[in-house]
Amino acid sequence: MGSEPKVGPRVGVLALQGDFEAHAKLLESLGAHPSEVRVPGDLERLDALVIPGGESTVMTLGVEREGLAEPLRALAARGTPVLGTCAGLILLDRDHLGVLDVRAERNAFGRQLKSFEADLELQGVEGGPVHAVFIRAPWVAEYGSEVEVLARLDDHPVAVRQGNVIAVAFHPELAGERRVHRLLLARNGRG
Amino acid sequence: MQEDPSVPRDEATFTVKAGLAEMLKGGVIMDVVTPEQARLAEDAGAAAVMALERVPADIRRDGGVARMSDPAMIRGIQEAVTIPVMAKARIGHFAEAQVLEALEVDYVDESEVLTPADEANHIDKWAFKVPFVCGATNLGEALRRIGEGAAMIRSKGEAGTGDIVEAVRHLRMIRAEIRRLGTLDDGELATAGKELGAPAHLVRQVASEGRLPVVLFCAGGIATPADAALVMQLGAEGVFVGSGIFKSEDPERRARAIVEATTHFRDPARVAAASTGLGQPMLSLETSKLETEQLLAPRGW
Repeated sequence: MGSEPKVGPRVGVLALQGDFEAHAKLLESLGAHPSEVRVPGDLERLDALVIPGGESTVMTLGVEREGLAEPLRALAARGTPVLGTCAGLILLDRDHLGVLDVRAERNAFGRQLKSFEADLELQGVEGGPVHAVFIRAPWVAEYGSEVEVLARLDDHPVAVRQGNVIAVAFHPELAGERRVHRLLLARNGRG
Repeated sequence: MQEDPSVPRDEATFTVKAGLAEMLKGGVIMDVVTPEQARLAEDAGAAAVMALERVPADIRRDGGVARMSDPAMIRGIQEAVTIPVMAKARIGHFAEAQVLEALEVDYVDESEVLTPADEANHIDKWAFKVPFVCGATNLGEALRRIGEGAAMIRSKGEAGTGDIVEAVRHLRMIRAEIRRLGTLDDGELATAGKELGAPAHLVRQVASEGRLPVVLFCAGGIATPADAALVMQLGAEGVFVGSGIFKSEDPERRARAIVEATTHFRDPARVAAASTGLGQPMLSLETSKLETEQLLAPRGW
């Protein structure tokens, strides 16, 4: 291992559909090495994983078609840091992969005309509020006692953490907001 | 639901408009004419649906003036699915676009598939909260639309034919012109902007970034999984399939197959598997055999 050149963490980005390229670009700017995940083999030797925004129905069908559900659950259970944004939050919830003890409500803020940008205080992130882009966004309707709420909006959690898994209802990757991804990378290697 | 007044929200910003197109990337947007078709499309993995009364193949066959769909039909489809619902307005018909915005569709397609309402002007898309997707056959046309406020571009192809040749021509043209801009100095860029008939700031942005400022999908002529893989490899970031699904023999299987091929467009073995045993594609028309007045792509400019 010592002979290998020093490289940044290898971060898989689920690339079945959605804004996976925006995440990859942002991860690269933080010195990480993103790779696209479409089949179970792509999950090998990852230091962290991002489940991006997109349409959760499409991603759910893709996860089923590719047999990705069990490998994704196993990866999260091993303690690999995982970040889900928007549709990623939905995929991680009780009704989908069951990695997070939350129930996400889809399109909770309404249709596209109700999509918006806002500045939100996010627990664990320093340097002022994060710039958050909400697009047909979900929120967390129910959550268990293991779940730590990092931010709320309209009385509902929009950012949560449970162990090695962080999920947000918005898109830091569309706003050039790098601090949420830094949280993911900072957890890399932590017990 | 009570909106928390302590957190100010900016709605309908360009980031929010273009952001929805980012979410659709790598996906398939399917034309549907009934709530049943919309549900089938969603269950097969459509990233969004385009609600319209007639698919382009039928508009082509029926002739006459093609207009915005009946609001009742659009509402029925909005109620049937949870994915984004798009709808078409005629080129330049801003009142149709106002109606579609009032219906809260997620995207308006200012579309050459419908009969143009204005031969000189496209819709001023900055005046709307709802985002717009527009067709383009080349880079100048794409940048003019973005200059007017479009938040997403689709190459036009030739809708309703099942013939991919025009989609390939338009994508290759856009790609070649983007590459060429990257080789020019500032003085040459000013001239290029004039030749393209495109806003200068957008020309400079494309030259420095090597890509369109918004998401680029491909439309017009996609009938098979291999068609989808072809245009994705040519730089499309997702596909619109109009007549290609519901005018085929087995729409559900074909829809799933095109979704799969769009995800795995770089993996020929997966595209082969997706292409297997789909039944007959839509009845197709060879574009080069059509009369000039039958072509839709030259509408708009």
